[in-house]
Amino acid sequence: MRDITIGQYLSGNSFMHRMDARVKVLLTVVFVVSVFLCKNFWSLLTMVLFVAVFILLSKVPVMTVLKSIKPLAFILLFTAILNIFYVSGGNVLFEWKFIKITDKGLYTAVFMAIRILCLVTFSSLLTYTTTPTALTDAIEKLLSPLKIFKIQVHSLAMMMTLALRFIPTLIEEIDRIMNAQKARGADLETGGFIKRAKALIPILIPLFVSSFRRAYDLAFAMECRCYTGEGRTRMKQMKCGPRDAVASVLAAILIAAVILLNHFFEKLI
Amino acid sequence: MAVLETVNLTHLFGEKTMNRVSAISDVSVKIESGEFLGIIGHTGSGKSTLIQHFNGLLKPTSGKVLLDGKDINESKQTALSARFKVGLCFQYPEYQLFEETVYKDIAFGPTNMKLGKEEIDRRVRRAAEFVGLKKEHLEKSPFDLSGGEKRRAAIAGVMAMEPEILVLDEPTAGLDPVGRETVLNLISDYRKETGSTVILVSHSMDDVARFAKKALVMNKSKAVLFGTVEEVFSHGEELLSMGLDVPAVTRVFIQLKKMGVPVETGVYTNEQGKDAFLQLLRKGDC
Repeated sequence: MRDITIGQYLSGNSFMHRMDARVKVLLTVVFVVSVFLCKNFWSLLTMVLFVAVFILLSKVPVMTVLKSIKPLAFILLFTAILNIFYVSGGNVLFEWKFIKITDKGLYTAVFMAIRILCLVTFSSLLTYTTTPTALTDAIEKLLSPLKIFKIQVHSLAMMMTLALRFIPTLIEEIDRIMNAQKARGADLETGGFIKRAKALIPILIPLFVSSFRRAYDLAFAMECRCYTGEGRTRMKQMKCGPRDAVASVLAAILIAAVILLNHFFEKLI
Repeated sequence: MAVLETVNLTHLFGEKTMNRVSAISDVSVKIESGEFLGIIGHTGSGKSTLIQHFNGLLKPTSGKVLLDGKDINESKQTALSARFKVGLCFQYPEYQLFEETVYKDIAFGPTNMKLGKEEIDRRVRRAAEFVGLKKEHLEKSPFDLSGGEKRRAAIAGVMAMEPEILVLDEPTAGLDPVGRETVLNLISDYRKETGSTVILVSHSMDDVARFAKKALVMNKSKAVLFGTVEEVFSHGEELLSMGLDVPAVTRVFIQLKKMGVPVETGVYTNEQGKDAFLQLLRKGDC
């Protein structure tokens, strides 16, 4: 339970830490789009290089970055295996009864795995170098044009901030309730799927009850401090600087490179 | 023979990471059958970690926990049976209530013990009686009870397992004075009637002084003092220097001694204080 790393910020003062959060969010969006634009290994290689450059710029230890991949090992393996078996075409490398492995399947599997890895590492870089508050502020600013459509952007951002804020609290709470029920002999570890699902009831109900209580308390506390939603000012104003210009140029080059490489080399996917 | 014994019990948190924190280190205590033990210490002194070893919820990093002379972490089976022999009631236990009715919630523990229906019924009614919950309470939803009633219902849930050792972590936290009195008295009555061992974790010195016979003082993850309540409170000044509170009477006597009045500082109840004063008057020293 304790090793959930969603939104885990590592304090630091690197190039990427000091970038404007808005630019970082946009950069991530651009990156994700370009990862999906990749059609062959050459363009994918530029993506990998781009990730590597930003890992260096963020000064986040490589081991920490790799750790963020660990929970995804299963998904990676799963998609890779599916791709190996289901993609047809190309030269047959191995055939046994209904199983048929082709070189194209193998390439696709590797390609997909690298693609997922790129996505995960880059987005975890964003959360490693940006505090959750800065992140939600940035999202709020970026989404503010949606106000024209009467969407309450500020409320959405506040919801995100609160959700992130309560993750550790809830983890602690779950730990506590689990221990209390275990002390009363609740068996959470053995039995089949249905038995285990049923064993979760004594944990989920107290969790919901206390979440509602917390929600009411927090809402009261916010109202007592005159929270009305709109019109709040910020202690830290977001400013774009030369760093952000550099990053934007890098992103532009990235897209250009991907499109060119897609165009000049053989299409794989 | 000691029912519960810890031998050089040590527990480290975050063993594999850089920031290793020792929650308890080298704790060796022997708890006799039928004893009323108070565990005192600051927040973060390791009290809660220690009691979670008593029923095998936490595994020691090194050292042993012996229940009836047997290591509870010997196998999965022994660790599980320890959960029924040692009933652990956590801080704010009302947050563990979840069933539709109070009756079902109290029955949760006994049901997990796979007892017969009649036995469960007997235990639930007995436990409810101990904590002073009436029949009509049993059919209510636990979420409709008042704060104090919820607390008592949750304590009943642990008592219904009829553990040999009942461990309560700050059972009076967040209750008003009347609620505190009720809870402490019911625990004391429970012990008298069942003869089971009771361990009470508290930071209220007055509570421990009034109810417990023995006391264990934890400070900075170590067991610093362990003995009868008289022995422990005779170290009043030491306790104060650890930033722990001592009963108000004890403080008076410590101050008196500093002022040069020939008194013992091991006084911890108002009764004893009165006797000591009377003695002094008779001698005519004041």
